[in-house]
Amino acid sequence: MSTEPSDDFSKVETPSEIISRLKDGMTIGIGGWATRRKPMALVREILKSDLKDLTLVSYGGPDVGLLCAAGKVKKLIFAFVSLDQYPLDPHFRAARQSGQIEVWELDEGMVHWGLRAAAMDLPFLPTRIGIGTDIINQPGFKFIDSPYEDGETFVAMPAIKLDAALIHAHRSDAKGNILTLSPDPFFDELFARAAPDTYVSVEKIVPTAELDMEANARFAIVERARITAITETPYGAHPTSAAPDYHLDLKHIKSYVESAATPDAWEAYKSTYLSGTQADYVDAVGGVDAIDAIAKPVY
Amino acid sequence: MTDYNCSLAELIINACAEAWRDDGELMATGIGPLPRLGASLAKVSFNPHLQLTDGENHYADAPVPPGKRHADPVYEGYANYDRVFSALWGGRRHSMVSPVQLDQFGQANISTIGDRAAPKVAMLGARGFPGNSIYHPNSFFIPNHSTRSFVPGEVDFVCMAGYNPERYLNGKPPKGLDLRIIVSDLCVMDFNGPDKAIRVVSLHPGVSFDHVQENTGFELSKASDTLPLTPAPSEAHMALLETLDPNNVRGSVLKDNPPAVRD
Repeated sequence: MSTEPSDDFSKVETPSEIISRLKDGMTIGIGGWATRRKPMALVREILKSDLKDLTLVSYGGPDVGLLCAAGKVKKLIFAFVSLDQYPLDPHFRAARQSGQIEVWELDEGMVHWGLRAAAMDLPFLPTRIGIGTDIINQPGFKFIDSPYEDGETFVAMPAIKLDAALIHAHRSDAKGNILTLSPDPFFDELFARAAPDTYVSVEKIVPTAELDMEANARFAIVERARITAITETPYGAHPTSAAPDYHLDLKHIKSYVESAATPDAWEAYKSTYLSGTQADYVDAVGGVDAIDAIAKPVY
Repeated sequence: MTDYNCSLAELIINACAEAWRDDGELMATGIGPLPRLGASLAKVSFNPHLQLTDGENHYADAPVPPGKRHADPVYEGYANYDRVFSALWGGRRHSMVSPVQLDQFGQANISTIGDRAAPKVAMLGARGFPGNSIYHPNSFFIPNHSTRSFVPGEVDFVCMAGYNPERYLNGKPPKGLDLRIIVSDLCVMDFNGPDKAIRVVSLHPGVSFDHVQENTGFELSKASDTLPLTPAPSEAHMALLETLDPNNVRGSVLKDNPPAVRD
């Protein structure tokens, strides 16, 4: 047995190895927000798998739409599904309007609060959010009175416990120290803390020293003890953005939207973009140079 | 009506700006180009304390024009989503939003129309509307004033709380519920009628109260017996709009960009 410190362990796996860890019926949290920093390479890997009956928790974008279109979703816990410039995701709409998926519709802040409760191992966190709306008329909510003098009645937002979280980051080392360099980390930290296992796709795996943690510590959104496995998938958030590395591909979002028009269009989209590896996908969407050339959108 | 040398969109922006006049220092969020330009106009004219974002994740020192950027914004702060939630839960924000349906109580819907299990129309989802509605002031811009947008009874799915006693917990309105004004393509309204009822405050030029009432799915009251016209933007405000919207995005929001004065 070696007496050297064991500092060389590795959590690096392939996308298919990561997805093979997931099971039918799991509750999966997906990080990012709408068209920003979605772990799309891992989502595409789920599409290639036999996984079914998933419950998704997501600030939804094309991750939700694709998984709905592929029939992977039993239930969606969400506050919205949006493609931003194309406000309504047609794949999500089709699944929702046909009654194919169950939903538990929340406020954006309630998703945050439910994940935070799970992260803190609390059964619920009190909030006023939902009062006066139809949100709290859905099954799954109870109320609690303040034990203090105010006596106010609150919604007891239940913990949203995940079986696994999928997030996309910019850099990591092999041990799972990650850096999320985009201007907004969204709630990826809470997704990671609400799940026993978090799987991270990253743009690039580098030696620990190259993470330059002294300068970049504020971008390290969660400690590696919460990260189960890492996979290197360059452009793994495409067509969503992973700024500053690359921006939203509106042209591809248009193709994605159009793929909902007919069953044939969806079959064509699948065979062009969803049948190969991540490297095949990058080629199919125009290659590395084309993605790098995409300009930052304005809002 | 010779003073109305402006488009309907510009009249609306000018009316939207009034929502933030007396707000002091808080985050002003106008969703969509006209409310956004309204907040921008408020900031550069009568309320310089407003904090506006670039539409993404920073507060900008000066309003950022919608559309193509002609200069890089100077940022003055950070507005990532986590920070926005924290800020809005503290109450220092006033949003103006455009729900698909609004009802007599000010309840708003952007989620579904029809049956919940298999809706006729599935839209975005409730987004942050439930929380926004009970944590900070909210106003509305409704671009197509009709009985489809101002619905009878209640909206199909209540995403934003309103002044509806049937939905109050323990008989009290939600703490923080504070609905301010509604700007439509026909008029300006507020919630200062009896029991917070919606009332018409001013009519856009060429619009009658009866026309507004016919296009509203619930009964409206009037702020005064003789309703004034919605004020036209001043020459100074018109000049500011040129600077705030150099791409003329405001000219592309309403169909055919009609003038403020209807035939």
